[in-house]
Amino acid sequence: MALQMEDPRVIEFDVRTDEMLVNMGPQHPSTHGVLRLVLRTDGEIVSAVEPHIGYLHRCAEKIGENLTPRQWVPYTDRMDYLAGMNMNLGWALCVEKLLDHQLSEKAQHLRVIIAEMGRIASHLVGMAAYGLDLGSFSPFLYAFREREKILDLFEEACGARLTYSYITPGGCTADLPNGWLQRCSDFLDQFEPVIQDYHALLTTNAIFIKRTADIGTMSPQLAIQYGCTGPVLRGSGVDYDLRRDGEERYTEMYDGYAFEIIAERDGHYPKDHDYPPVPKDAVLGDSWHRFYVRMLEVVQAVDLVRQAIDRYSTALGDYGVPIKLTTKLPKGEAYLETEAPRGQMGFYLVSNGNSIPWRVRARSSCFCNLSVTAELCRGCLIADVPAIIGSLDIVMGEIDR
Amino acid sequence: MIPAGRTDSVFSLLKIKPMTGSSFLSRLQQQFGEKITGSNLDAIDPWVEVAPDSLVEVAQFLRNDAELVFDLLNCISGVDYFIADPKKAAKAGWEPHIEVVYHISSISKKHSLVVKVKLPRWKDEQEGQLPEIASVSHIWRTADWHEREVYDLCGIRFTDHPDLRRILCPEDWVGYPLRKDYEMPLEYHGIRGR
Repeated sequence: MALQMEDPRVIEFDVRTDEMLVNMGPQHPSTHGVLRLVLRTDGEIVSAVEPHIGYLHRCAEKIGENLTPRQWVPYTDRMDYLAGMNMNLGWALCVEKLLDHQLSEKAQHLRVIIAEMGRIASHLVGMAAYGLDLGSFSPFLYAFREREKILDLFEEACGARLTYSYITPGGCTADLPNGWLQRCSDFLDQFEPVIQDYHALLTTNAIFIKRTADIGTMSPQLAIQYGCTGPVLRGSGVDYDLRRDGEERYTEMYDGYAFEIIAERDGHYPKDHDYPPVPKDAVLGDSWHRFYVRMLEVVQAVDLVRQAIDRYSTALGDYGVPIKLTTKLPKGEAYLETEAPRGQMGFYLVSNGNSIPWRVRARSSCFCNLSVTAELCRGCLIADVPAIIGSLDIVMGEIDR
Repeated sequence: MIPAGRTDSVFSLLKIKPMTGSSFLSRLQQQFGEKITGSNLDAIDPWVEVAPDSLVEVAQFLRNDAELVFDLLNCISGVDYFIADPKKAAKAGWEPHIEVVYHISSISKKHSLVVKVKLPRWKDEQEGQLPEIASVSHIWRTADWHEREVYDLCGIRFTDHPDLRRILCPEDWVGYPLRKDYEMPLEYHGIRGR
Protein backbone atom coordinates (compact mmCIF):
# COMPACT_ATOMS: atom_id res chain seq x y z
CA MET A 1 0.00 0.00 0.00
CA ALA A 2 1.40 3.36 -0.99
CA LEU A 3 1.75 5.86 1.79
CA GLN A 4 -0.55 8.87 1.68
CA MET A 5 0.34 12.25 3.09
CA GLU A 6 -2.37 11.93 5.73
CA ASP A 7 -0.89 8.67 6.87
CA PRO A 8 0.32 9.06 10.48
CA ARG A 9 3.42 7.05 9.71
CA VAL A 10 4.64 9.73 7.35
CA ILE A 11 4.49 12.33 10.05
CA GLU A 12 6.47 10.12 12.33
CA PHE A 13 9.17 9.71 9.70
CA ASP A 14 9.11 13.41 9.14
CA VAL A 15 10.07 14.29 12.71
CA ARG A 16 13.62 15.44 12.62
CA THR A 17 15.83 17.30 15.01
CA ASP A 18 17.30 20.59 14.02
CA GLU A 19 20.96 21.34 14.38
CA MET A 20 21.54 23.36 17.48
CA LEU A 21 24.55 25.31 18.70
CA VAL A 22 25.30 24.64 22.35
CA ASN A 23 27.74 26.75 24.28
CA MET A 24 29.78 24.82 26.80
CA GLY A 25 31.80 27.05 29.07
CA PRO A 26 33.71 29.22 29.70
CA GLN A 27 32.34 28.66 33.20
CA HIS A 28 31.53 25.00 32.80
CA PRO A 29 33.04 22.91 35.60
CA SER A 30 34.18 20.09 33.34
CA THR A 31 36.10 22.25 30.92
CA HIS A 32 39.03 22.55 33.36
CA GLY A 33 39.10 26.28 33.65
CA VAL A 34 37.98 28.89 31.22
CA LEU A 35 37.61 26.94 28.01
CA ARG A 36 34.62 27.61 25.82
CA LEU A 37 33.41 24.95 23.45
CA VAL A 38 30.81 25.63 20.82
CA LEU A 39 29.11 22.34 20.02
CA ARG A 40 27.06 21.85 16.89
CA THR A 41 24.63 19.18 17.95
CA ASP A 42 22.03 17.11 16.22
CA GLY A 43 20.00 15.69 19.08
CA GLU A 44 22.53 13.98 21.29
CA ILE A 45 25.14 13.68 18.57
CA VAL A 46 27.88 16.28 18.32
CA SER A 47 28.69 17.02 14.71
CA ALA A 48 31.35 19.68 15.24
CA VAL A 49 33.23 21.21 18.15
CA GLU A 50 35.04 24.48 18.12
CA PRO A 51 37.19 25.38 21.11
CA HIS A 52 37.59 29.07 21.93
CA ILE A 53 40.55 29.91 24.10
CA GLY A 54 42.25 33.04 25.35
CA TYR A 55 40.20 33.84 28.45
CA LEU A 56 43.26 33.39 30.64
CA HIS A 57 45.75 35.17 28.40
CA ARG A 58 48.16 37.06 30.66
CA CYS A 59 50.71 38.22 28.07
CA ALA A 60 53.50 36.13 29.63
CA GLU A 61 55.61 36.31 26.47
CA LYS A 62 55.38 40.08 26.26
CA ILE A 63 56.25 40.40 29.94
CA GLY A 64 59.26 38.17 29.31
CA GLU A 65 60.68 40.82 26.98
CA ASN A 66 60.90 43.22 29.90
CA LEU A 67 62.35 41.00 32.61
CA THR A 68 65.60 39.13 33.10
CA PRO A 69 65.38 35.33 32.91
CA ARG A 70 65.43 34.89 36.67
CA GLN A 71 62.73 37.48 37.12
CA TRP A 72 60.58 35.60 34.63
CA VAL A 73 60.73 32.32 36.57
CA PRO A 74 57.55 33.11 38.59
CA TYR A 75 55.66 33.60 35.33
CA THR A 76 56.53 30.08 34.21
CA ASP A 77 54.95 28.35 37.19
CA ARG A 78 51.81 30.37 36.72
CA MET A 79 51.42 28.83 33.27
CA ASP A 80 50.88 25.23 34.24
CA TYR A 81 49.98 25.93 37.85
CA LEU A 82 49.50 22.26 38.64
CA ALA A 83 53.07 21.40 37.72
CA GLY A 84 54.95 24.57 38.61
CA MET A 85 58.17 22.71 39.37
CA ASN A 86 58.31 21.14 35.92
CA MET A 87 57.67 24.48 34.24
CA ASN A 88 60.47 26.10 36.25
CA LEU A 89 62.72 23.26 35.19
CA GLY A 90 61.99 23.77 31.48
CA TRP A 91 62.77 27.47 31.63
CA ALA A 92 65.86 26.97 33.81
CA LEU A 93 67.30 24.43 31.38
CA CYS A 94 66.60 26.70 28.42
CA VAL A 95 68.45 29.62 30.02
CA GLU A 96 71.29 27.33 31.05
CA LYS A 97 71.50 26.09 27.49
CA LEU A 98 72.00 29.63 26.23
CA LEU A 99 74.54 30.37 28.96
CA ASP A 100 76.18 26.96 28.52
CA HIS A 101 76.02 26.53 32.26
CA GLN A 102 76.85 23.12 33.69
CA LEU A 103 75.30 21.87 36.88
CA SER A 104 76.89 19.67 39.51
CA GLU A 105 75.79 16.08 39.79
CA LYS A 106 74.04 16.77 43.06
CA ALA A 107 72.01 19.62 41.60
CA GLN A 108 70.84 17.36 38.79
CA HIS A 109 69.67 14.63 41.14
CA LEU A 110 67.90 17.24 43.23
CA ARG A 111 66.06 18.36 40.12
CA VAL A 112 65.03 14.79 39.33
CA ILE A 113 63.56 14.40 42.82
CA ILE A 114 61.64 17.65 42.58
CA ALA A 115 60.48 17.21 38.97
CA GLU A 116 59.22 13.67 39.53
CA MET A 117 57.43 14.64 42.73
CA GLY A 118 55.83 17.41 40.72
CA ARG A 119 54.78 14.86 38.14
CA ILE A 120 53.07 12.74 40.81
CA ALA A 121 51.22 15.76 42.18
CA SER A 122 50.15 16.84 38.71
CA HIS A 123 48.94 13.40 37.62
CA LEU A 124 47.00 13.08 40.88
CA VAL A 125 45.07 16.22 40.02
CA GLY A 126 44.63 15.00 36.46
CA MET A 127 43.18 11.76 37.73
CA ALA A 128 41.03 13.43 40.37
CA ALA A 129 39.58 15.96 37.95
CA TYR A 130 38.89 13.23 35.42
CA GLY A 131 36.89 11.35 38.03
CA LEU A 132 34.92 14.53 38.73
CA ASP A 133 34.25 15.02 35.02
CA LEU A 134 32.73 11.58 34.86
CA GLY A 135 30.61 12.11 37.94
CA SER A 136 32.58 10.29 40.57
CA PHE A 137 33.52 12.49 43.48
CA SER A 138 35.43 10.24 45.87
CA PRO A 139 38.64 9.73 43.82
CA PHE A 140 39.07 13.48 44.06
CA LEU A 141 39.26 13.31 47.85
CA TYR A 142 41.62 10.35 47.81
CA ALA A 143 43.93 12.06 45.33
CA PHE A 144 43.97 15.41 47.09
CA ARG A 145 44.73 13.75 50.41
CA GLU A 146 48.01 12.44 48.98
CA ARG A 147 48.75 15.55 46.92
CA GLU A 148 48.52 17.60 50.08
CA LYS A 149 51.47 15.65 51.49
CA ILE A 150 53.54 16.40 48.39
CA LEU A 151 52.67 20.07 48.69
CA ASP A 152 53.74 19.97 52.34
CA LEU A 153 57.10 18.60 51.25
CA PHE A 154 57.42 21.30 48.60
CA GLU A 155 56.46 23.93 51.13
CA GLU A 156 59.26 22.74 53.37
CA ALA A 157 61.73 22.97 50.51
CA CYS A 158 60.82 26.36 49.08
CA GLY A 159 58.07 27.97 51.12
CA ALA A 160 55.34 27.86 48.48
CA ARG A 161 52.60 25.38 47.86
CA LEU A 162 51.54 26.10 44.31
CA THR A 163 53.77 28.62 42.55
CA TYR A 164 57.18 27.49 43.65
CA SER A 165 59.83 29.28 41.57
CA TYR A 166 62.15 26.78 43.22
CA ILE A 167 64.15 25.56 40.25
CA THR A 168 65.82 28.59 38.74
CA PRO A 169 68.48 29.08 36.07
CA GLY A 170 71.69 27.88 37.70
CA GLY A 171 70.20 25.46 40.18
CA CYS A 172 67.62 25.78 42.93
CA THR A 173 66.89 28.65 45.27
CA ALA A 174 67.80 26.64 48.36
CA ASP A 175 69.06 23.25 49.40
CA LEU A 176 66.66 20.72 50.88
CA PRO A 177 66.12 21.15 54.63
CA ASN A 178 67.41 18.60 57.12
CA GLY A 179 65.47 15.38 57.21
CA TRP A 180 63.57 16.18 54.02
CA LEU A 181 64.83 13.11 52.17
CA GLN A 182 63.71 10.86 55.00
CA ARG A 183 60.25 12.45 55.05
CA CYS A 184 60.09 12.13 51.28
CA SER A 185 60.90 8.43 51.28
CA ASP A 186 58.46 7.89 54.15
CA PHE A 187 55.83 9.51 51.99
CA LEU A 188 56.69 7.27 49.04
CA ASP A 189 56.45 4.16 51.21
CA GLN A 190 53.08 5.27 52.40
CA PHE A 191 51.92 6.43 48.97
CA GLU A 192 52.80 3.40 46.88
CA PRO A 193 50.09 1.08 48.29
CA VAL A 194 47.52 3.86 47.91
CA ILE A 195 47.90 3.68 44.12
CA GLN A 196 46.03 0.37 44.33
CA ASP A 197 43.08 2.31 45.74
CA TYR A 198 43.09 4.58 42.71
CA HIS A 199 43.07 1.56 40.43
CA ALA A 200 40.12 0.16 42.35
CA LEU A 201 38.30 3.51 42.30
CA LEU A 202 38.78 4.34 38.65
CA THR A 203 41.12 2.30 36.46
CA THR A 204 39.27 -0.98 36.91
CA ASN A 205 35.88 0.49 37.79
CA ALA A 206 33.25 -0.93 35.45
CA ILE A 207 31.39 2.39 35.08
CA PHE A 208 34.61 4.24 34.44
CA ILE A 209 35.61 1.75 31.77
CA LYS A 210 32.17 2.06 30.14
CA ARG A 211 32.54 5.83 30.04
CA THR A 212 36.08 5.92 28.66
CA ALA A 213 36.85 2.75 26.69
CA ASP A 214 36.69 3.32 22.95
CA ILE A 215 35.79 6.97 23.45
CA GLY A 216 37.83 9.58 21.62
CA THR A 217 40.12 7.10 19.93
CA MET A 218 43.17 8.70 18.41
CA SER A 219 45.51 6.96 16.02
CA PRO A 220 49.26 7.50 16.42
CA GLN A 221 49.35 9.29 13.06
CA LEU A 222 46.66 11.72 14.12
CA ALA A 223 48.41 12.37 17.42
CA ILE A 224 51.70 13.18 15.71
CA GLN A 225 49.98 15.28 13.03
CA TYR A 226 48.46 17.50 15.71
CA GLY A 227 51.66 17.63 17.71
CA CYS A 228 50.17 15.88 20.72
CA THR A 229 52.80 14.94 23.26
CA GLY A 230 53.16 13.42 26.68
CA PRO A 231 50.62 10.89 27.96
CA VAL A 232 48.27 11.82 25.10
CA LEU A 233 50.84 10.67 22.55
CA ARG A 234 51.98 7.66 24.53
CA GLY A 235 48.37 6.66 25.11
CA SER A 236 48.20 6.12 21.36
CA GLY A 237 51.08 3.67 21.56
CA VAL A 238 53.91 5.95 20.43
CA ASP A 239 57.05 5.16 22.40
CA TYR A 240 58.43 8.66 22.77
CA ASP A 241 59.48 10.39 25.94
CA LEU A 242 61.92 13.28 26.09
CA ARG A 243 63.43 11.94 29.28
CA ARG A 244 65.00 9.31 27.06
CA ASP A 245 64.79 10.83 23.57
CA GLY A 246 65.23 14.51 24.30
CA GLU A 247 68.21 16.77 24.13
CA GLU A 248 71.35 15.75 25.93
CA ARG A 249 71.15 18.67 28.32
CA TYR A 250 67.87 17.24 29.57
CA THR A 251 68.45 13.49 29.24
CA GLU A 252 71.75 13.64 31.13
CA MET A 253 69.68 14.39 34.22
CA TYR A 254 68.23 10.89 33.88
CA ASP A 255 71.46 9.16 32.89
CA GLY A 256 71.84 5.89 34.69
CA TYR A 257 68.29 5.83 36.00
CA ALA A 258 66.40 2.64 35.35
CA PHE A 259 63.00 3.41 33.92
CA GLU A 260 60.94 2.14 31.07
CA ILE A 261 58.84 4.50 28.98
CA ILE A 262 55.16 3.92 29.67
CA ALA A 263 53.63 3.09 26.30
CA GLU A 264 52.13 0.03 24.74
CA ARG A 265 54.80 -1.88 22.84
CA ASP A 266 54.20 -5.19 21.12
CA GLY A 267 50.67 -5.24 22.45
CA HIS A 268 51.47 -4.81 26.14
CA TYR A 269 52.54 -2.23 28.68
CA PRO A 270 55.77 -2.55 30.69
CA LYS A 271 55.58 -5.48 33.10
CA ASP A 272 57.92 -4.15 35.77
CA HIS A 273 55.10 -3.78 38.29
CA ASP A 274 51.83 -5.43 39.01
CA TYR A 275 49.62 -3.18 36.91
CA PRO A 276 45.90 -3.84 36.51
CA PRO A 277 45.07 -5.55 33.22
CA VAL A 278 43.79 -3.65 30.20
CA PRO A 279 40.03 -4.21 29.88
CA LYS A 280 38.94 -5.91 26.68
CA ASP A 281 36.70 -2.99 25.68
CA ALA A 282 39.58 -0.53 25.64
CA VAL A 283 41.12 0.30 22.28
CA LEU A 284 44.63 1.67 21.99
CA GLY A 285 44.48 5.46 21.80
CA ASP A 286 41.16 5.91 23.58
CA SER A 287 40.47 7.96 26.69
CA TRP A 288 41.03 4.99 28.98
CA HIS A 289 44.54 4.41 27.65
CA ARG A 290 45.49 8.06 28.10
CA PHE A 291 44.34 7.82 31.71
CA TYR A 292 46.13 4.52 32.21
CA VAL A 293 49.44 5.90 30.95
CA ARG A 294 49.15 8.69 33.52
CA MET A 295 48.47 6.26 36.33
CA LEU A 296 51.44 4.12 35.33
CA GLU A 297 53.65 7.16 35.17
CA VAL A 298 52.83 7.84 38.80
CA VAL A 299 54.29 4.45 39.71
CA GLN A 300 57.27 5.16 37.48
CA ALA A 301 57.80 8.54 39.13
CA VAL A 302 57.78 6.93 42.58
CA ASP A 303 60.56 4.62 41.38
CA LEU A 304 62.53 7.50 39.91
CA VAL A 305 62.29 9.60 43.08
CA ARG A 306 63.54 6.62 45.13
CA GLN A 307 66.53 6.21 42.83
CA ALA A 308 67.17 9.96 42.85
CA ILE A 309 67.12 10.11 46.66
CA ASP A 310 69.80 7.38 46.79
CA ARG A 311 71.96 9.22 44.30
CA TYR A 312 71.42 12.64 45.77
CA SER A 313 72.50 11.62 49.24
CA THR A 314 75.84 10.33 47.96
CA ALA A 315 76.48 12.77 45.10
CA LEU A 316 79.20 15.39 45.17
CA GLY A 317 78.89 19.08 44.49
CA ASP A 318 76.42 21.74 45.60
CA TYR A 319 72.70 22.07 45.02
CA GLY A 320 73.35 24.66 42.30
CA VAL A 321 73.65 28.34 42.97
CA PRO A 322 71.23 30.46 40.93
CA ILE A 323 72.70 32.86 38.38
CA LYS A 324 72.72 36.55 39.26
CA LEU A 325 69.52 38.42 38.63
CA THR A 326 71.15 40.59 35.98
CA THR A 327 73.44 38.05 34.33
CA LYS A 328 74.22 39.15 30.79
CA LEU A 329 72.96 36.68 28.23
CA PRO A 330 75.19 35.87 25.28
CA LYS A 331 73.93 36.81 21.83
CA GLY A 332 72.05 33.93 20.29
CA GLU A 333 68.99 31.82 20.70
CA ALA A 334 68.14 28.58 22.41
CA TYR A 335 65.15 26.27 22.28
CA LEU A 336 64.67 23.45 24.69
CA GLU A 337 61.83 21.06 25.37
CA THR A 338 61.32 19.05 28.49
CA GLU A 339 58.88 16.32 29.37
CA ALA A 340 56.40 18.08 31.63
CA PRO A 341 53.53 16.00 33.05
CA ARG A 342 51.18 17.18 30.30
CA GLY A 343 53.57 16.83 27.40
CA GLN A 344 56.54 18.50 25.84
CA MET A 345 56.97 21.96 27.23
CA GLY A 346 59.31 24.07 25.14
CA PHE A 347 60.90 27.42 25.82
CA TYR A 348 62.51 29.56 23.16
CA LEU A 349 64.82 32.37 24.18
CA VAL A 350 66.26 34.93 21.77
CA SER A 351 68.91 37.25 23.14
CA ASN A 352 70.70 40.19 21.60
CA GLY A 353 73.41 40.32 24.26
CA ASN A 354 71.57 42.18 27.01
CA SER A 355 70.50 40.77 30.32
CA ILE A 356 66.88 41.08 29.19
CA PRO A 357 65.84 38.66 26.44
CA TRP A 358 64.82 40.00 23.05
CA ARG A 359 62.03 37.48 22.75
CA VAL A 360 60.65 34.74 24.95
CA ARG A 361 58.35 32.05 23.64
CA ALA A 362 56.63 29.25 25.46
CA ARG A 363 55.53 26.24 23.46
CA SER A 364 52.65 24.85 25.39
CA SER A 365 51.91 21.14 25.35
CA CYS A 366 48.22 21.53 26.22
CA PHE A 367 47.81 24.05 23.40
CA CYS A 368 48.61 21.32 20.88
CA ASN A 369 46.80 18.61 22.84
CA LEU A 370 43.64 20.70 22.90
CA SER A 371 43.73 21.47 19.19
CA VAL A 372 42.90 17.84 18.47
CA THR A 373 39.51 18.00 20.26
CA ALA A 374 37.66 19.11 17.15
CA GLU A 375 38.83 15.94 15.47
CA LEU A 376 38.15 13.62 18.43
CA CYS A 377 34.69 14.93 19.30
CA ARG A 378 33.23 14.73 15.82
CA GLY A 379 30.32 12.30 15.95
CA CYS A 380 30.43 11.57 19.65
CA LEU A 381 27.65 12.05 22.21
CA ILE A 382 27.40 15.25 24.22
CA ALA A 383 28.09 13.28 27.40
CA ASP A 384 31.35 12.06 25.88
CA VAL A 385 32.72 15.55 25.31
CA PRO A 386 33.78 16.00 28.97
CA ALA A 387 35.19 12.46 28.91
CA ILE A 388 37.39 13.36 25.94
CA ILE A 389 38.45 16.79 27.18
CA GLY A 390 39.21 15.35 30.61
CA SER A 391 41.36 12.60 29.15
CA LEU A 392 43.56 15.23 27.49
CA ASP A 393 44.20 16.69 30.97
CA ILE A 394 44.47 20.32 29.96
CA VAL A 395 45.33 23.33 32.08
CA MET A 396 44.07 26.58 30.64
CA GLY A 397 46.80 28.64 32.26
CA GLU A 398 49.30 26.91 30.07
CA ILE A 399 47.25 27.15 26.89
CA ASP A 400 46.57 30.87 27.10
CA ARG A 401 49.81 31.82 28.86
CA MET B 1 67.01 -3.03 42.95
CA ILE B 2 66.60 -3.00 39.19
CA PRO B 3 64.07 -5.61 38.11
CA ALA B 4 64.75 -7.68 35.04
CA GLY B 5 63.30 -6.44 31.80
CA ARG B 6 64.29 -2.80 32.29
CA THR B 7 66.57 -2.23 29.41
CA ASP B 8 65.99 1.38 28.50
CA SER B 9 69.10 2.69 30.18
CA VAL B 10 71.20 0.13 28.33
CA PHE B 11 69.69 1.18 25.04
CA SER B 12 70.37 4.81 25.77
CA LEU B 13 74.08 3.96 25.82
CA LEU B 14 73.81 2.40 22.39
CA LYS B 15 71.79 5.33 21.08
CA ILE B 16 72.38 5.86 17.39
CA LYS B 17 73.97 9.22 16.78
CA PRO B 18 71.35 11.41 15.15
CA MET B 19 71.93 13.33 11.93
CA THR B 20 73.72 16.61 12.40
CA GLY B 21 73.04 20.08 11.07
CA SER B 22 75.58 19.88 8.26
CA SER B 23 74.03 16.77 6.74
CA PHE B 24 70.58 18.41 6.78
CA LEU B 25 72.00 21.49 5.11
CA SER B 26 73.81 19.59 2.36
CA ARG B 27 70.69 17.57 1.60
CA LEU B 28 68.54 20.68 1.45
CA GLN B 29 71.06 22.57 -0.70
CA GLN B 30 71.28 19.63 -3.04
CA GLN B 31 67.51 19.63 -3.40
CA PHE B 32 66.67 23.31 -3.37
CA GLY B 33 69.89 25.12 -4.29
CA GLU B 34 69.51 28.86 -4.00
CA LYS B 35 66.23 28.65 -2.15
CA ILE B 36 68.24 27.94 0.99
CA THR B 37 69.26 31.53 1.65
CA GLY B 38 71.28 31.13 4.80
CA SER B 39 72.29 28.91 7.65
CA ASN B 40 74.18 28.84 10.89
CA LEU B 41 75.48 25.47 11.94
CA ASP B 42 77.56 26.82 14.83
CA ALA B 43 74.52 28.20 16.60
CA ILE B 44 73.28 26.43 19.74
CA ASP B 45 70.42 25.07 17.65
CA PRO B 46 71.61 24.85 14.02
CA TRP B 47 69.23 26.69 11.74
CA VAL B 48 68.52 26.91 8.05
CA GLU B 49 66.96 29.93 6.39
CA VAL B 50 64.56 29.34 3.54
CA ALA B 51 63.26 31.76 0.90
CA PRO B 52 59.63 32.63 1.73
CA ASP B 53 58.29 31.53 -1.66
CA SER B 54 59.61 27.97 -1.33
CA LEU B 55 58.75 27.31 2.32
CA VAL B 56 55.96 24.87 1.47
CA GLU B 57 58.10 22.73 -0.84
CA VAL B 58 60.92 22.63 1.69
CA ALA B 59 58.50 21.74 4.49
CA GLN B 60 56.96 19.00 2.38
CA PHE B 61 60.40 17.61 1.59
CA LEU B 62 61.50 17.72 5.23
CA ARG B 63 58.41 15.83 6.29
CA ASN B 64 58.21 13.25 3.54
CA ASP B 65 61.84 12.45 2.79
CA ALA B 66 62.65 8.92 3.94
CA GLU B 67 65.86 9.98 5.69
CA LEU B 68 64.63 13.17 7.33
CA VAL B 69 61.02 12.34 8.39
CA PHE B 70 60.38 15.53 10.35
CA ASP B 71 56.95 14.38 11.45
CA LEU B 72 56.54 16.62 14.48
CA LEU B 73 56.23 20.38 14.27
CA ASN B 74 57.12 21.54 17.77
CA CYS B 75 56.61 25.23 17.57
CA ILE B 76 56.14 28.24 15.33
CA SER B 77 57.31 31.55 16.72
CA GLY B 78 57.36 35.03 15.29
CA VAL B 79 60.26 37.27 16.25
CA ASP B 80 60.11 40.96 15.47
CA TYR B 81 63.45 42.69 14.81
CA PHE B 82 62.81 46.38 15.13
CA ILE B 83 64.21 49.21 17.24
CA ALA B 84 62.32 52.48 17.25
CA ASP B 85 65.27 54.63 18.29
CA PRO B 86 67.25 55.33 15.06
CA LYS B 87 70.57 55.70 16.91
CA LYS B 88 70.24 52.31 18.56
CA ALA B 89 68.88 50.77 15.37
CA ALA B 90 72.05 51.78 13.49
CA LYS B 91 74.12 49.77 15.99
CA ALA B 92 71.89 46.70 15.92
CA GLY B 93 73.63 45.06 12.98
CA TRP B 94 70.45 44.07 11.15
CA GLU B 95 67.79 45.70 9.04
CA PRO B 96 64.30 45.74 10.56
CA HIS B 97 62.54 42.51 9.64
CA ILE B 98 60.37 39.83 11.11
CA GLU B 99 61.30 36.17 11.42
CA VAL B 100 59.09 33.13 11.51
CA VAL B 101 60.89 30.29 13.25
CA TYR B 102 59.79 26.69 12.81
CA HIS B 103 61.13 24.17 15.29
CA ILE B 104 60.69 20.70 13.85
CA SER B 105 61.79 17.29 15.01
CA SER B 106 61.41 13.67 14.12
CA ILE B 107 59.92 11.13 16.49
CA SER B 108 61.26 8.10 14.63
CA LYS B 109 64.70 9.47 13.75
CA LYS B 110 65.12 11.51 16.94
CA HIS B 111 66.69 14.59 15.39
CA SER B 112 65.59 18.19 15.19
CA LEU B 113 66.11 21.27 13.08
CA VAL B 114 65.22 24.95 13.07
CA VAL B 115 63.87 26.50 9.88
CA LYS B 116 63.65 30.25 9.61
CA VAL B 117 61.94 32.52 7.16
CA LYS B 118 62.73 36.22 6.97
CA LEU B 119 59.90 38.56 6.06
CA PRO B 120 59.63 42.33 5.74
CA ARG B 121 57.88 43.97 8.67
CA TRP B 122 55.13 45.25 6.40
CA LYS B 123 54.10 44.00 3.00
CA ASP B 124 55.42 46.31 0.24
CA GLU B 125 56.79 48.56 3.02
CA GLN B 126 53.30 49.93 3.57
CA GLU B 127 52.59 50.19 7.26
CA GLY B 128 49.48 48.26 8.20
CA GLN B 129 49.81 45.75 5.37
CA LEU B 130 50.68 42.44 7.02
CA PRO B 131 53.55 40.43 5.56
CA GLU B 132 52.49 37.16 3.99
CA ILE B 133 53.83 33.63 4.10
CA ALA B 134 52.28 30.39 2.94
CA SER B 135 50.64 28.26 5.58
CA VAL B 136 52.05 24.82 6.40
CA SER B 137 48.91 23.69 8.20
CA HIS B 138 48.17 21.09 5.51
CA ILE B 139 51.59 19.52 6.14
CA TRP B 140 51.52 19.59 9.95
CA ARG B 141 48.12 20.12 11.52
CA THR B 142 49.84 21.58 14.58
CA ALA B 143 50.52 24.63 12.46
CA ASP B 144 46.82 25.46 12.34
CA TRP B 145 46.63 26.90 15.85
CA HIS B 146 50.24 27.99 15.99
CA GLU B 147 49.84 30.09 12.87
CA ARG B 148 46.72 31.64 14.30
CA GLU B 149 48.70 32.56 17.37
CA VAL B 150 51.55 34.08 15.37
CA TYR B 151 49.01 36.01 13.30
CA ASP B 152 47.31 37.20 16.46
CA LEU B 153 50.39 38.31 18.34
CA CYS B 154 52.99 39.11 15.69
CA GLY B 155 50.85 40.15 12.74
CA ILE B 156 51.87 37.78 9.97
CA ARG B 157 49.28 36.67 7.46
CA PHE B 158 49.43 32.99 6.55
CA THR B 159 47.98 32.55 3.10
CA ASP B 160 45.87 29.44 2.44
CA HIS B 161 45.27 28.99 6.14
CA PRO B 162 41.83 27.35 6.59
CA ASP B 163 40.62 29.65 9.37
CA LEU B 164 42.93 32.56 10.15
CA ARG B 165 41.39 34.34 13.13
CA ARG B 166 42.76 35.73 16.34
CA ILE B 167 43.12 33.00 18.93
CA LEU B 168 44.31 34.49 22.23
CA CYS B 169 43.22 38.11 21.95
CA PRO B 170 39.57 39.08 21.45
CA GLU B 171 38.42 39.21 17.84
CA ASP B 172 38.10 42.99 17.81
CA TRP B 173 41.52 43.65 19.31
CA VAL B 174 43.60 46.28 17.53
CA GLY B 175 47.29 45.76 16.90
CA TYR B 176 49.77 42.93 17.23
CA PRO B 177 51.10 42.82 20.81
CA LEU B 178 54.41 41.08 20.23
CA ARG B 179 55.55 43.65 17.67
CA LYS B 180 58.22 45.86 19.16
CA ASP B 181 56.40 49.07 18.17
CA TYR B 182 53.10 47.94 19.68
CA GLU B 183 51.31 50.39 21.90
CA MET B 184 48.72 49.37 24.45
CA PRO B 185 45.32 50.76 23.51
CA LEU B 186 44.17 53.49 25.86
CA GLU B 187 40.75 51.99 26.17
CA TYR B 188 39.00 48.74 25.30
CA HIS B 189 35.20 48.59 25.66
CA GLY B 190 35.27 51.04 28.52
CA ILE B 191 38.20 49.35 30.30
CA ARG B 192 41.12 51.67 30.88
CA GLY B 193 44.31 50.35 29.29
CA ARG B 194 46.88 52.48 31.07
